[in-house]
Amino acid sequence: MSHEKETDAHSGMETTGHEWDGIKELDTPLPRWWLWIFYGCIAFAAVYWILMPSWPGITGYSHGLLHDSARANVVKDLAGLQAQRATEANRLSTASLETIEKDPQLQAYALAVGQSIFGDNCATCHGSGGTGGKGYPNLRDDVWLWGGSLEDIQRTITYGVRADDPNTRFSQMPSFGRDKILQPDQVSDLTEYVVALSHRKADAAAVARAAPVFQANCAVCHGPQGLGNQAMGAPNLTDSDWLYGADRASIHDQIWNGHGGVMPAWGHRFDANTIKALTVYIHANAGGK
Amino acid sequence: MASPASQPQRLVGLNLMVTIESKPPTARSGEAVYFLIATVALALVAAAATAASKDPLFQFQGWIFTIAFTLGSFALAAGISSGSFNSPQDRYSDGVIKAGVIATMFWGAAGMLVGCIIAAQLSWPRIFYFPDFGFLNFGRLRPLHTSAVIFAFGGNALIATSFWVVQRTCRARLFGGIAPWFVFWGYQLFIVLAGLGYLVGITQGQEYAEPEWATDLWLAIVWVAYLLVFLGTIWKRKEPHIYVANWFYLAFIVTIAILHIVNNLALPVSFLNHRSYEVWAGVQSALVQWWYGHNAVGFFLTAGFLGMMYYFIPKRAERPIYSYRLSIVHFWALIFIYIWAGPHHLHYTALPQWAQTLGMTFSIMLWMPSWGGMINGLMTLSGAWDKLRTDPVIRMLVVSLAFYGMSTFEGPVMSIRAVNALSHYTDWTIGHVHSGALGWVGFVTFGSVYCMVPWLWKKDRLYSNTLVEWHFWIATTGILLYISAMWVSGIMEGLMWREYTPQGFLAYSFVEVVAARHVEFVIRLGGGLMYLAGALIMIYNLWRTVQLPSSESAAHPANATPAPLALAAE
Repeated sequence: MSHEKETDAHSGMETTGHEWDGIKELDTPLPRWWLWIFYGCIAFAAVYWILMPSWPGITGYSHGLLHDSARANVVKDLAGLQAQRATEANRLSTASLETIEKDPQLQAYALAVGQSIFGDNCATCHGSGGTGGKGYPNLRDDVWLWGGSLEDIQRTITYGVRADDPNTRFSQMPSFGRDKILQPDQVSDLTEYVVALSHRKADAAAVARAAPVFQANCAVCHGPQGLGNQAMGAPNLTDSDWLYGADRASIHDQIWNGHGGVMPAWGHRFDANTIKALTVYIHANAGGK
Repeated sequence: MASPASQPQRLVGLNLMVTIESKPPTARSGEAVYFLIATVALALVAAAATAASKDPLFQFQGWIFTIAFTLGSFALAAGISSGSFNSPQDRYSDGVIKAGVIATMFWGAAGMLVGCIIAAQLSWPRIFYFPDFGFLNFGRLRPLHTSAVIFAFGGNALIATSFWVVQRTCRARLFGGIAPWFVFWGYQLFIVLAGLGYLVGITQGQEYAEPEWATDLWLAIVWVAYLLVFLGTIWKRKEPHIYVANWFYLAFIVTIAILHIVNNLALPVSFLNHRSYEVWAGVQSALVQWWYGHNAVGFFLTAGFLGMMYYFIPKRAERPIYSYRLSIVHFWALIFIYIWAGPHHLHYTALPQWAQTLGMTFSIMLWMPSWGGMINGLMTLSGAWDKLRTDPVIRMLVVSLAFYGMSTFEGPVMSIRAVNALSHYTDWTIGHVHSGALGWVGFVTFGSVYCMVPWLWKKDRLYSNTLVEWHFWIATTGILLYISAMWVSGIMEGLMWREYTPQGFLAYSFVEVVAARHVEFVIRLGGGLMYLAGALIMIYNLWRTVQLPSSESAAHPANATPAPLALAAE
């Protein structure tokens, strides 16, 4: 359909003469400011291409007058950080754990490293404050499953617990109920016995029935008095600290299923210096032995 | 009328469609029979594959396909036997557009609701965590939200409005007989396959391209059909020129087809397994993915919706388009430059720096071509600015352009490497996306749907302009809360991540930065709930509009006829 060009009364601009479903178009020229900013952006791009790595060719690419390289910048930044940390890092690598703790300056450095590493690696399980949760040990108290000395902590971090490493700390509590090692009523009696061990009120008859069962099945790891054994990661059952919960249902569940958590062997990921610093950090923030 | 002299200007490659179109009129009912045969065959293939497969996730998809094709076969058989496909050829096909509008609003509300749920999960991860219902985890719901709002809400809006616009501006009924209905229902099947697939764990793990090979193949078929319907309608147009809105719609349809196919080139583990491995690997895979991802924004969420804008704003304002020349220049500049900008999603990664440079500089050059659409839209209102006071629908369309302008300025800024070093991976990106998605895509869709519903259902007006006012203000406030919260949260996040202690160690752990953003997360949820509330008000308003008594005026757009004389001559 042919249309006539007409003049728009409001703008005084001529239309193009096209019309679609009543829609017409004005023949307004391009806005000057729009065009010049567009040219400006193109000019900026052209200058940027000349200065920086840009257009590819057959065998390589234009490196640009500034010879900027993101990879070289990263290498430089990392080298700068390493230089900034060099003095303390060198001292850290030669000093023993005990020396680090006694030297306030070196300890402050180790704590800074430890805090930074802990937040993004350990806090996932042990919590931002290191207070743990069900199945994840609290690192802020003085109760230790595998020992709380500097060397013990360093070994646990390096090789992990039940981890994929030949030197990992390992023990496995049997699933007394699930694997039918004990009868269900024996597990219930043992639950009462464990409650009684931690100085709480318990069913005396059940405790009496469970005593020989405890000595036959549990004492080998937890000790005849239930005081635990750090060499085997067996918790003390007489205190008020419970990894898998203090109430009867939780204790029953633990005897029945024998949960055992896994901690990775961080020696596979961190260098020795980092593990040293982390050890000092954890030792300093807990009731370390 | 299309004069014979205009014929040689047409694309030679479209001869095939001319052949189809010049068949005798009886071929139309035959067409439906072909669709029926194909659908029955597909139902049998789907059922056989489902039975033969040992992969439960493949079987899950197979069941959806089988049920859909079976229902489709019954619907086609019923339609053919009752003769309801022999609708009058001298009318525009508006039924499929009505269905598209309903689907748009349904998926929109559903997608926004899922968005609110995942915003609540981020705000209170302990409360909105459902260990017994793994499919409700954030990782499953997040792609459900993005796909529902982009592809289900946005996609249906684009298909429905493009069908309206291309018919009216070409004065031609949709090409392809019942093919437009195939496009509509095929697209809904794609949405259901993709969405339920995410919930049961079918994903190829590529953002905005999560569906696996079987769903991808189906979408490719549907999309090519969409392209043919659109091109065929343009081909038989009764106007000498192609209107600018159709350039944008066509660019969107063609480019999305290419992007979708190239980014999803993959080899299935077996043809009876849901899983596949893509042909691209490593950094090439990343580059293709973000070439796709960025141009999904560029051609789906920008070009397509500009097509919508170029029709509904001049139509509603009753003013001529501000500048024909600007529309040509910014169209070609936009199309040419956008396709290069993808690498800005991969700054400071393994992608070679020269490619990052090109991504950044093309993004900066993209600023003015993007703004061309905003200028053309806003200046079209010159001479009709008073309508901003009286017509909340116009106001919604204008505010959509304001958000469009803001986010297409923010985008180039964020593509600058130094800015990106701060903004990348933070909530700033989420805020940027939502100022574009809620402000631009959402509002231009709402405005267009408010225009179309009275036209489609032959009503003189909307049920209530006051409810449109409420929708406008609640949703606008919601967007502002959302994006302000994300700016604060994102910039804080970026600054905390890069903070060093005097000894040269990172000052904050990741989880500390997450915890610091709690308040912003809650504000974001509030903004999202307001936006959802606005959409629900709109649905109520549209529902009441449809129930108003119909107008039988011949001047009504739904009663218009597409050049009956020319059609008779065909």
